[in-house]
Amino acid sequence: MPSALNSFRTGPDERGHFGIFGGRYVAETLMPLILDLEKAYNEAKADPAFQNELDYLLEHYAGRPSPLYYAKRLTEKLGGAKIYFKRDELNHTGSHKINNVLGQVLMAKRMGKTRVIAETGAGQHGVATATACALFDIPCVVFMGAVDVDRQAPNVVRMNMLGAEVRAVTAGSATLKDAMNEALRDWVATCENTFYCIGTVAGPHPYPAMVRDFQCVIGNETRVQMMKAEGRLPDTLVACIGGGSNAMGLFHPFLDDKGVRLVGVEAGGKGVETGEHAASLTGGRPGVLHGNRTYLLQDKEGQITEAHSISAGLDYPGIGPEHSWLKETGRIEYVSATDNEALAAFQMLCKLEGIIPALEPAHALGHVIKLAPTLPKDNLLVMNLCGRGDKDVFAVAERLGMKI
Amino acid sequence: MSRIAKRFARLKADKRAGLVTYVTAGDPNLDVSYQILKGLPAAGADLIELGMPFTDPMADGPSIQLAGQRALKAGITVDATFDMVRRFRKETGDNDTPILLMGYYNLVYQRGPERFCKEAAAAGVDGFILVDLPPEEADELKPYAVAAGIDTVLLTAPTTDDERLPAVLRYSSGFVYFVSVLGITGTSSATEEAVRTHVERIKRHTELPIGVGFGIRTPDQAAAIARHADAAVVGSAIVERVKAGLDDHGKAKPDLIPGVFAYIKALADGVRGVRKA
Repeated sequence: MPSALNSFRTGPDERGHFGIFGGRYVAETLMPLILDLEKAYNEAKADPAFQNELDYLLEHYAGRPSPLYYAKRLTEKLGGAKIYFKRDELNHTGSHKINNVLGQVLMAKRMGKTRVIAETGAGQHGVATATACALFDIPCVVFMGAVDVDRQAPNVVRMNMLGAEVRAVTAGSATLKDAMNEALRDWVATCENTFYCIGTVAGPHPYPAMVRDFQCVIGNETRVQMMKAEGRLPDTLVACIGGGSNAMGLFHPFLDDKGVRLVGVEAGGKGVETGEHAASLTGGRPGVLHGNRTYLLQDKEGQITEAHSISAGLDYPGIGPEHSWLKETGRIEYVSATDNEALAAFQMLCKLEGIIPALEPAHALGHVIKLAPTLPKDNLLVMNLCGRGDKDVFAVAERLGMKI
Repeated sequence: MSRIAKRFARLKADKRAGLVTYVTAGDPNLDVSYQILKGLPAAGADLIELGMPFTDPMADGPSIQLAGQRALKAGITVDATFDMVRRFRKETGDNDTPILLMGYYNLVYQRGPERFCKEAAAAGVDGFILVDLPPEEADELKPYAVAAGIDTVLLTAPTTDDERLPAVLRYSSGFVYFVSVLGITGTSSATEEAVRTHVERIKRHTELPIGVGFGIRTPDQAAAIARHADAAVVGSAIVERVKAGLDDHGKAKPDLIPGVFAYIKALADGVRGVRKA
């Protein structure tokens, strides 16, 4: 029974399951590789030299810790909760993705792999991976849906400049899920020398747990910074969710702090009621895809349906398995924000705080705009501002009918 | 004894290897797909793999991906796939040729493993090959498959070493499917020597027959596999013949079905030309 749990932080079990979610649903060719990775990761976790090298890179290369910033003008405008932003958009490469990528590329090096592949939606994970591969001189191939190559063109240029090869994927809906299919197809043929750097808390075990561990730096820092700023823990944490890595990174260190309310915001697209959205937890049900059991958008038969979101990074019909489990246990609330709510939030943040957010955290802000006014003024709310919007300015300008 | 076991016993008595043919259910449409299924044994197929199309076939190359898309567009469903098998058994009276469903686990999971196994068995299905259900997760299906009398054919790969093989074999029945190359379906081909080495290695661990697939395109390649394995599995190359039989509007040309059967006959001749001890 969920209510009898002593801790929400002990998962997954030894088979990679969070309740019924997670697992290792992959082709046999990959299975031995996944087991190798699990073993290597367990060894790395226990090796202080590994953690030291990662900590050094996070501080001196990525620029951590990211600030915890009190958004005074936004707080006054909304007239409720005291709003802080965890400024992960200030990291090198412009999002939280670098936290995970530095960890995984160190793993690739440790395992003697000579090539790295990645999937990307908005391109933030692709850019982060290309960056770390440049730093460590490892050849890098990034799979990206053809639709996303168009709508996130600046990131494609960045990856190319960093020396990565970007392969546009035209199969299926030509977005993030298809990029992941294609990365898995590449991996099954190249697994002997190639490390697959997954960008979110999904995929076969041990990826969901490993990516979560690398992203927990967000929540761990937030805890310390909030104690320093306010002398106590925050009351409310809000983060956007596609696969769910920035949210998991912020939430996980607080899962056992019962007083901290956790809210994940999925992409509501044109509205969950229209069927055109990317809100797997709200509009989907459990199924098996991309190596794990989790909530998926699918039809009655189990065919995966296409997700819809203005944000390429949230445009995915699934979600990390630990989120599915946390939904069922009731520990985290999952809500959604529509394309239009995200766009309105995007503009509000530009004008009010002088911050151009990525469209992904603009969804989180879309919910904060609704939630904050309902909370008392002493409610300490932290929203993860997990990416900056440079990559989105052209797409948003077009959507708003601005001349470029 | 299951149909699969009987078929391999028969092949052994005939001193030859078998030909396993893969076609995607519903490709290019439900009617033509059924006509192909119906004629496979006469064309030379000893066992039949019927692919269940999935929107996200992560282990398949372009040929089978496209076949799945054609079939989904044509309206294939799990029920329609079961119907094809039921009709095959009834109309052809063929009660000997094993039919295995091949695909991805989510379709089974959504129906519920128990119900899926029962309905498949009732339709006349003999086995499952589920690409993304390794031994680590096979527990959730195996008991229901056993209860329904359905064989579970697990995949082994070049990366499946001697230490891991017993875990795969523990959940395998009917035959063992050796994926001869690292990669997705229909791309590269293994050398005869590599296949021989792996088949001998797997034989040291099991009495089950061994089928070898991935990358077999020509009668000569099929014959080379037949020299070392108990069956050669051909998929993508057959599916490509289906595609070649479509006109610019995706309609089946009159020579589609004869073209597929002629190709399978050539493969079967290749396999049957090899005498086994």
